[in-house]
Amino acid sequence: MYGFEAMTFNIHGGYLEAIVRGHRAGLLTAADYNNLCQCETLDDIKMHLSATDYGPYLQNEPSPLHTTTVVEKCTLKLVDEYKHMLCQATEPLSTFLEYITYGHMIDNVVLIVTGTLHERDVQELLEKCHPLGMFDSIATLAVAQNMRELYRLVLVDTPLAPYFSECITSEDLDDMNIEIMRNTLYKAYLEDFYKFCQKLGGATAEIMSDLLAFEADRRAVNITINSIGTELTRDDRRKLYSNFGLLYPYGHEELAVCEDIDQVRGAMEKYPPYQSIFSKLSYGESQMLDKAFYEEEVKRLCLAFEQQFHYGVFFAYMRLREQEIRNLMWISECVAQNQKSRVHDSVVFIF
Amino acid sequence: MGDSRGGCCPPMDLFRSEPMQLVQLIIPIESARLTVSYLGDLGLLQFKDLNSEKSPFQRTYAGQIKKCGEMARTLRFFKEQMLKAGLSPSAKSLAETDVDVDDLEVKLGELEAELIEMNANGEKLQRSYNELVEYKIVLKKAGDFFPSAQQSATAQRREMGSSQMGEESIETPLLQEQETSADLSKQVKLGFITGLVPRGKSMAFERILFRATRGNVFLKQVPIESPVTDPVTGEKTEKNAFMVFYSGERAKNKILKICDAFGANRYPFSEDHGKQALMIHEVSGKISDLKSTIDAGSLHRDYLLRTIGDQFDQWNLKVKKEKSIYHTLNMLSLDVTKKCLVAEAWGPVFATKQIQEALQRASVDSNSQVGAILQVLHTRELPPTYFCTNKFTAAFQEIVDAYGVAKYQEANPGVHTIVTFPFLFAVMFGDWGHGICLLLATLILIVREKKLSSQKLGDITEMTFGGRYVIMMMSLFSIYTGFIYNECFSVALDLFGPSAYACRDLSCRDAYSIGLIKVRDTYPFGVDPAWHGSRTELPFLNSLKMKMSILLGVAQMNLGIILSYCNAIFFGNSLNIWFQFIPQLIFLNSLFGYLSVLIILKWYTGSQADLYHIMIYMFLSPTDELGDNQLFQGQKKAQLVLLLLALVSVPWMLLPKPFLLKRQHENRRQGQSYAQVQTTDETLHSEANHDSHGHGHGHEEFEFSEVFVHQLIHTIEFVLGAVSNTASYLRLWALSLAHSQLSIVFYEKVLLLAWGYDNIVILIVGIIIFIFATVGVLLIMETLSAFLHALRLHWVEFQNKFYEGDGYKFYPFSFAMIEDEED
Repeated sequence: MYGFEAMTFNIHGGYLEAIVRGHRAGLLTAADYNNLCQCETLDDIKMHLSATDYGPYLQNEPSPLHTTTVVEKCTLKLVDEYKHMLCQATEPLSTFLEYITYGHMIDNVVLIVTGTLHERDVQELLEKCHPLGMFDSIATLAVAQNMRELYRLVLVDTPLAPYFSECITSEDLDDMNIEIMRNTLYKAYLEDFYKFCQKLGGATAEIMSDLLAFEADRRAVNITINSIGTELTRDDRRKLYSNFGLLYPYGHEELAVCEDIDQVRGAMEKYPPYQSIFSKLSYGESQMLDKAFYEEEVKRLCLAFEQQFHYGVFFAYMRLREQEIRNLMWISECVAQNQKSRVHDSVVFIF
Repeated sequence: MGDSRGGCCPPMDLFRSEPMQLVQLIIPIESARLTVSYLGDLGLLQFKDLNSEKSPFQRTYAGQIKKCGEMARTLRFFKEQMLKAGLSPSAKSLAETDVDVDDLEVKLGELEAELIEMNANGEKLQRSYNELVEYKIVLKKAGDFFPSAQQSATAQRREMGSSQMGEESIETPLLQEQETSADLSKQVKLGFITGLVPRGKSMAFERILFRATRGNVFLKQVPIESPVTDPVTGEKTEKNAFMVFYSGERAKNKILKICDAFGANRYPFSEDHGKQALMIHEVSGKISDLKSTIDAGSLHRDYLLRTIGDQFDQWNLKVKKEKSIYHTLNMLSLDVTKKCLVAEAWGPVFATKQIQEALQRASVDSNSQVGAILQVLHTRELPPTYFCTNKFTAAFQEIVDAYGVAKYQEANPGVHTIVTFPFLFAVMFGDWGHGICLLLATLILIVREKKLSSQKLGDITEMTFGGRYVIMMMSLFSIYTGFIYNECFSVALDLFGPSAYACRDLSCRDAYSIGLIKVRDTYPFGVDPAWHGSRTELPFLNSLKMKMSILLGVAQMNLGIILSYCNAIFFGNSLNIWFQFIPQLIFLNSLFGYLSVLIILKWYTGSQADLYHIMIYMFLSPTDELGDNQLFQGQKKAQLVLLLLALVSVPWMLLPKPFLLKRQHENRRQGQSYAQVQTTDETLHSEANHDSHGHGHGHEEFEFSEVFVHQLIHTIEFVLGAVSNTASYLRLWALSLAHSQLSIVFYEKVLLLAWGYDNIVILIVGIIIFIFATVGVLLIMETLSAFLHALRLHWVEFQNKFYEGDGYKFYPFSFAMIEDEED
């Protein structure tokens, strides 16, 4: 079907593409962020946001606001939009949309499992979960003692079940292997999503493979940096990298043996797209790496909107909104804690 | 420029928009709120935003706006609560007590706190009530279960003997142990949990329980017939009562966790029969106690909400007004001394006195020591366009505004639209039977005007209601044209005396007009009914309507050109008179004006001349003899002169104006000082060298080529437009023909056909079809299409002769508008 999407895409996808592009037009602009950054209190932020798409979600909040309320309401808007789109979607778009949430599901599973490990209240944990990654029996995760139970009890019913095949062990859960589980799951998820997009073909495959490859590479770098100095062996580390992306396979070999951040840098600078990211950082610095990656991601996501008749826009929109909510959270946090000088540290402008 | 009314036209309110002025108000800060509030009552000033570069929360009154937003939120909360309680804000308006905003804020805060507390209490009670209800259900269901299980167990045991007592078989023996063998201490003590689980989750619940305990549980579920209110969420849900039997502490912990995860509420239960009965009794007692408490609470709450509801509308309006006042105040700039606010606003000149009065009243009422100062500013900015319309003219003005809002003080086509629009509509919709139907329908709207305007209408009804006076005029005119066409539901009636024609002999009958002779005077009004149904009806009516359309069209286009003269005179632009108005008038009239004259002559003289032939050969071979087609003496010469005039007027339109504009521009450049002297009164806000009427805005670069191309386009448009616009007016004939033919079809092919069968059923069916077709097709669809074509004739053919329509509307700050607004 390559090249012929334009003929048939609008039969099923046209309405939703229009919707998602309309939503995209509601994303906050640099001017909005500038105004938001000047806010003195959370009420100012609310006042400013009431003129944007977030208005109806925030207008009925009583006045002493909290950062969590702002973020919660903004997320609620995203979730409402997502649910609306999912209701309207037909196959294969609905599956595609569901794929987008699996990442959150993995995060939620890890959150609950880690939380129960540290004996936190389940209800409290549930409130912290991302609403997009909720599934029916998520609270039951607290019952599980080890991976096998986790899988057998709960996850076998969820879409995450196939991703578990590699990490079923009878070991008791601890922080280390939960983290390994998260990354294994993510790896399997990204690979599966990648395969699914390839199957869809056309512009969707083209754009999504680019976006997912970036995601996979970013995760590979993060895994490497986070595992430096831990007892994770090289082979284990190597196993956590997704089997696609720009770094696959040779970059992974190099990353697997890295011992400090500068070696990572050396490995990454061989790849032109990442060279620009690393060239912004001074040697030995990894703090700003996240932001640099986010900026690059946002740029790529925005570019996805330049082409028509593909599903990448849905993915891109969800990601951009999430980034926006992260930005709002950071700004509100800074405003609430009187740290206005740091406002610009972590805000990624979308337009 | 606004002081001198145009010389050609008498002062008419609607013809030119109200003269406006930019006024500067300097308001002492202590009386600012009251002043703006009084001005809002007056509703005749459009404030300019002087702080547009500031973001909303940096403005002076951001705090107050936030406060108002908070109050509005509280009011929304009340409204929501009232809706939930099934109350609506009472429509009765209490005596307007003037509430202070600060008091209101405090009051609203108190009421909200009270309401929230009540809600919280109520919720708590409701929750325990729901819990108890659930408990009762569990008690009953479980109570039912135990005896039945016991029975089946005894039956089973009888069959199997008691040998299996020690084994952990699946079902009943476990119960039996608990009941009977308390002394057997080696037995595993079985625990059980009872509760309710939402039915939607019950399957998953069962599955997870099974997996988590590796099948070492016994679960019994019983569906509950009626939905139960969940204590936590407060929503009605379908639930299952369940009972889980397990063994061991670990299993218990797991099951408890799973229950939590599934939102399954657990309730204690005792196996003892006596205890059960006791508990049921106890719970029932508690339930009735709680019920009465809850009822009392909700009664109190309803009372509170009702008192809120009584004043809700008033408060809501107050808050809205307050918010709009602060929004307006935010548009004012703060004086350097911070003691007064400076406002700039557009207002009609006639309102100056009213505004001053309002300012004075405000300063007196607020005990301010200094009064507000009003001074008129001179500016080159184009003022907004403001027409004082009433309920009759408003809809017609809307028709014009939909195309484009008139430039400030430009001749307003809305005046003529009041008559020409319904008239052109009626030419296409000429049938007095249909006209009367339309009139009756719109009269209903007009009679019930008061009632309808206060309530909310649907989309389409709203539109019809808004245009009720347009429709009324349209129907009146179509009754008139209907009489001229002599059509009533396509039937011709001889209302104005008998037909002038009669048969020469018996053989002629109808369907022939050849055999008719004129026996009386000409039929006094409209088309003679004898034409109806005759073979020559169509050719006759077509010729009549076609010619009439051209006459009407040429008349209306001439009106348009004359209006352009009015504009030129009014704005003192002699260039447009000499090089636009005059050649345009000559061009149009030498061709189509002449055609109109010929049409009238032909009607008057009854000549058989072929007008097509005359018009075509006037161009192709103007020197040829006319022969039979001569209508008057010296026609050939007259035609030659007219042709020459038309030919001359084209370059006349095209060439001089751009060159003269260029010269004007150069002159102005050289003599800048002269221009300065002329415009000494315009000192403030000087933006550019000022000549707003002409094409040359001195400040802008004068591109000769651009001006010339512009003029070229205009000329071509006018010359071609003269032909195509005249042709366009033929739609009057076409639509009228379509309308009359359609109504004939419905009348003859439905009504008369049904009549012919002589069968009452067919007749009734026929009448019903006829009525639906008449209403649906002729009255509604034809009205829409004729409306659309009349609209087009006005917007394109009429207004392109003179109307610029690039102004912007006057949008005053007025409380009356806020009251109409919906949330």
